[in-house]
Amino acid sequence: MEISTLAKAIAIGLGAIGPAIGIGMIGAKAMEAIGRNPEASGKVFVPMLIASAFAEAIAIYALVIAFSIK
Amino acid sequence: METESQNSNQILNNQSTEISTSTETEQISHESTLYAEPIAHIGNFTITNALFTSWIVVLTIIIISIAIRIKIKKIPKGIQNLFEIIIEGAESLCDQVTGNRKITNKAFPIVFAIFLFVLINNWIGLLPLGGLGLIETGEHGKMFIPLLRSGTADINGTLPLAIFAVIASNVFGIITIGIWKTFNKYVNLKVLSEIFTKIKKDPMIVLTAPIMFAVGFLELVSEVAKIASLSFRLFGNVFAGEVLLASMSAILAYVLPTPFMLLEVFVGAIQAFIFAILTLVYFTIASQDHDEDHENDHKEQVHEIVGAH
Repeated sequence: MEISTLAKAIAIGLGAIGPAIGIGMIGAKAMEAIGRNPEASGKVFVPMLIASAFAEAIAIYALVIAFSIK
Repeated sequence: METESQNSNQILNNQSTEISTSTETEQISHESTLYAEPIAHIGNFTITNALFTSWIVVLTIIIISIAIRIKIKKIPKGIQNLFEIIIEGAESLCDQVTGNRKITNKAFPIVFAIFLFVLINNWIGLLPLGGLGLIETGEHGKMFIPLLRSGTADINGTLPLAIFAVIASNVFGIITIGIWKTFNKYVNLKVLSEIFTKIKKDPMIVLTAPIMFAVGFLELVSEVAKIASLSFRLFGNVFAGEVLLASMSAILAYVLPTPFMLLEVFVGAIQAFIFAILTLVYFTIASQDHDEDHENDHKEQVHEIVGAH
């Protein structure tokens, strides 16, 4: 196995840990908020998606690095 | 075997008209490549399958919108009802993001067009028309090239969309708050000039103004980051979905991919939604004038204090 393959795997693997935790926390808090106030689910949904999209962007930077390793 | 290869050669000879399925011959291989495969050439211009699919999507949207536009009536009926419900729902969703109906009305056509384009592109790649394609001889023997590949499963499809979204948001900012204020977001000459005008009132401005100026350059970097994250998010999700479906079909065809197919339909909708909503967020941010907000807040506070007395 070439060392660059390992580098790609490490880049995306480690880079995905942080955003994964972040998205998990965003989802958990959103669920909690909806549980406390079910009528606000419509209002919670859109900011939740936007926040998770921003958290996900970090994983995408890692993906870009993983693709760009030759 | 002889006849089979002859058949394949015949197919090769009239590629443009022949439609063949990948199951016909076992030697024909198909891999999900990172790049869209070329299906035709016009002069130097290469038409890839992703580009071809994008054209189909654009044609579909144009035909449907013209068909609805011709039959539009004051009292909605049939399909017009459905689309009015969709548009109304989408507009109220946009209101949640922008918080201002005027901005929603201005940005909605662009954002909704992006949404429809990305959504139909995502879903057209999932259509079970994978057998529709061409057979070509590549480096590793015969290759099967599908005619339909989501335009969003190609980085050349998502990158222009993201660049368009970011540039359009800045143009929208110039239209709504003026070219000078938009320019000052990135190269903050206004703050630097305030050193001379406000130094008597607030000496600390000598320290804060250069920091504000440096933050402007960070904004410039974040515009590039926006393009990268928008395009790679969409491309990564859709392409990963295609690879996932292909590998699942290789393990156990028809049974195993079905739940993942449903997942991909969901992911396609969510990603189209996120792309459109983020574009709208960028539009909203670009149309907001920070200085004015502060001044208005200040005025309101003054009013409240005056009113209390």
